[in-house]
Amino acid sequence: MPEDFNDNKTIQAQSSETMGGGGGAVTPDKDYVRPAEVSDQDLYHGHSFITKWVFCQDAKVIGVQYFLLATFTGIVGLILSWLMRLQLGFPELASFMTAEHYYQFVTMHGMIMVVYFLTALFLGGFGNYLIPLMCGARDMVFPYVNMISFWMFFVAVGVLMASFFVPGGPTGSGWTLYPPQAILEGTPGSGMGIILMLVSLALFVIGFTMGGLNYLITVLQARTRGMTLMRMPLTVWGIFTATVLAMLAFPALLVSAIMMTLDKILGTSFFMPTILQAGEVLDYSGGSPILFQHLFWFFGHPEVYIVALPAFGIVSDLISVHSRKNIFGYRMMVWAIVGIGALSFFVWAHHMYVSGMNPWFGFFFATTTLIIAVPTAMKVYNWILTLWRGNIRINTVMLWCLGFIVTFVNGGITGIFLGNVTVDVPLSDTYFVIAHFHMVMGIAPLMVIMGAVYHWFPLVAGRMLSEKLGKWHFWFTFLGAYSIYFPMHYLGFIGVPRRYFEMYDSPYITSAVGMNEFISTAAFIVGAAQFILIYNIIVSLKMGKPAGKNPWKANSLEWHTSTVPPEHGNFGDKLPVVHRWPYDFSVPGAKEDFIPQTTPPSEVIHTKIEKT
Amino acid sequence: MSDPKIEGYEFKPGFRGMADDTGSDQTMFKGVHWGKAMMWIFLLSDTFVFSCFLISYMKGRGSTPVEWPNASEVFGLHVFGVEVPLLLIAIMTFVLITSSGTMALAVKYGYEKNRKMCGWLILATAVGGLIFVGMQAFEWSKLISEGVRPWENPFGAPQFGGFFFMITGFHGTHVSIGVIFLFIYAYKTFAGHYDERKRGWFTTMKGDYVEIEILGLYWHFVDLVWVFIFAFFYLW
Repeated sequence: MPEDFNDNKTIQAQSSETMGGGGGAVTPDKDYVRPAEVSDQDLYHGHSFITKWVFCQDAKVIGVQYFLLATFTGIVGLILSWLMRLQLGFPELASFMTAEHYYQFVTMHGMIMVVYFLTALFLGGFGNYLIPLMCGARDMVFPYVNMISFWMFFVAVGVLMASFFVPGGPTGSGWTLYPPQAILEGTPGSGMGIILMLVSLALFVIGFTMGGLNYLITVLQARTRGMTLMRMPLTVWGIFTATVLAMLAFPALLVSAIMMTLDKILGTSFFMPTILQAGEVLDYSGGSPILFQHLFWFFGHPEVYIVALPAFGIVSDLISVHSRKNIFGYRMMVWAIVGIGALSFFVWAHHMYVSGMNPWFGFFFATTTLIIAVPTAMKVYNWILTLWRGNIRINTVMLWCLGFIVTFVNGGITGIFLGNVTVDVPLSDTYFVIAHFHMVMGIAPLMVIMGAVYHWFPLVAGRMLSEKLGKWHFWFTFLGAYSIYFPMHYLGFIGVPRRYFEMYDSPYITSAVGMNEFISTAAFIVGAAQFILIYNIIVSLKMGKPAGKNPWKANSLEWHTSTVPPEHGNFGDKLPVVHRWPYDFSVPGAKEDFIPQTTPPSEVIHTKIEKT
Repeated sequence: MSDPKIEGYEFKPGFRGMADDTGSDQTMFKGVHWGKAMMWIFLLSDTFVFSCFLISYMKGRGSTPVEWPNASEVFGLHVFGVEVPLLLIAIMTFVLITSSGTMALAVKYGYEKNRKMCGWLILATAVGGLIFVGMQAFEWSKLISEGVRPWENPFGAPQFGGFFFMITGFHGTHVSIGVIFLFIYAYKTFAGHYDERKRGWFTTMKGDYVEIEILGLYWHFVDLVWVFIFAFFYLW
């Protein structure tokens, strides 16, 4: 089908264009950008509905597909959390729920939110949409593999959802799936449920690897002319580093999933010691449950940063654009992202302080854990300093960013508590832990996702989202999230254990009853408030204010495409040429308060611009 | 040796120059095909998969209360009335390493645009892989006939069976996938897809002999992993 391809013969055109914008007094070498190394990418353009919207090879469509499917699973996770809160706050209303149901909902909520919602949304959704646009590429480097990646994710979600409908229901072993209990009778869903969960995770890893290779090679090998590594938006840095983490961390998950599946189906004893089940000695002997914990958390801790690093990157860009100031300490921000990513591989056992491992091990991991606080704190200071004396626009996007900084600092500080062995041991398996990780890797990244949706929706849809509804959405979510998780710190301090179906008649719990009712009420309201966003999106798609080109007056390449929303191929006939970083805001002497990355130096001669 | 030049890019000297080259625009690895960079990163990820398997194996072997079976007895072969330890494995390893050699030659002839030689050598590599998988199937059936199962093992620790079948099976799957691709690439080479720069079946990229090198990277990796498995299972 040769007519399906457009062999863009633009390389020569690009080379001759390097001589500058035609201003008479301009010295030619000032604007010089060396010619293209790689010939232009051939793209497969879909013609039918199926190839354009279903099995589509356009990274932007794939990104939206990832976004929608991840949002769907996220809503399932939200409904599960409602059911859990109903049981905890108002058990008399939840008479249909048994303890087994509760554990299944806890497990599925955790796994869905961490892997199938946040990871897929940040890397699959934002990664696919933004990486090619921000790097100045026509598409991902391997569009076909990229398409398969999404459909693998689709199958993985299908298998996961199927586990709700098999005999015994989904697994109820907690999202960490610790053996031996995960595959023993008595744990809900220990039959088909756990098998489907493990198969789904393996499929997710395979699908993600396909996508991840695309993101990495697009960033490394397919940037446009002039786009040096230190001119990339921090969004790209964040997603790139998170993908590197994923490529190195998911193997541990894959291996542990394979081994546990074999333990369950074939009766091998990788993770299973000699064990009694209902008074009967099983055939297992000699396996090591701790081995699973090590493998799982070798994946599990980098996974936290797989979610957090894209959020760091995106929020840096949003704060910079909406406070009209360059990001403070760009290089420091890049190295902090890379440093956090590297350190995240040396902290995993801080999830295992109470597992019975050698205390010296705990000492080592407490140290590395606290070291991670250094680059993280640097990032927080840099966000604050970016805002400092900026021309801040308090719009919806900025509100979400500010909400992120507050919730992230909050969750980060409780992380320092939990990183220390002596403080962690009494607090482990209490609501303090729940409060910590929901604050730092649930609410904080979610705030960034919301901000990013309000920021980039005009690009994707060509229309603005309603600011009024957006602000309602923000305040409900922000205040509501605090109402949910702030009291949980207190619950943790008085010793309320997590993953308990009900509190029974423990005397110290009486003060927790009222609080649980309050938390549950807040959870219902916050959950319902998310439908404001869905309503906003649906209405704005048709009736929103037309966004026009570059409504936020941003510099990065995605706002400077030939059409809005960008078409397949992103940049029309000619790829853009980059002359600067994306943070030239409010430059003294410039006509406007922003200088797009594509503006050649000869057009901004009289400005005091930083060399980037 | 003078500074290398790749497609109009002049590399800068020294450590600072290396940092500049790495961070320069367009590409980080100058002149490296997208697919080749992808394969390297995939192999890095796959290295972590096999590392996790082998570390789990070490942990499992170290902590089992029952004694581990003696490798030279379990893997011995009875030929012409003599017990020869590790005979089959020695042949398997020899075949696989040899196939790495033919693969490397195929890459060389590919870049020299010697279509015939390249195709035959890929075919030879594929046959080597096939022989390896066949001998592995023989070894598996021998162990199974002696009563070794993933969940039990008459010679000692039950984990032996589990780890052995899982890890060699995972590696054998890698070899089998490689063999399938080798046959496909042999066909494409003989059919002249790389000479005509024909597009692949599923991709918009034009065919190029670099694809053979990319497949070669995978094949050498699979061989290298086998060396580790060989050392850990048969020599330890």
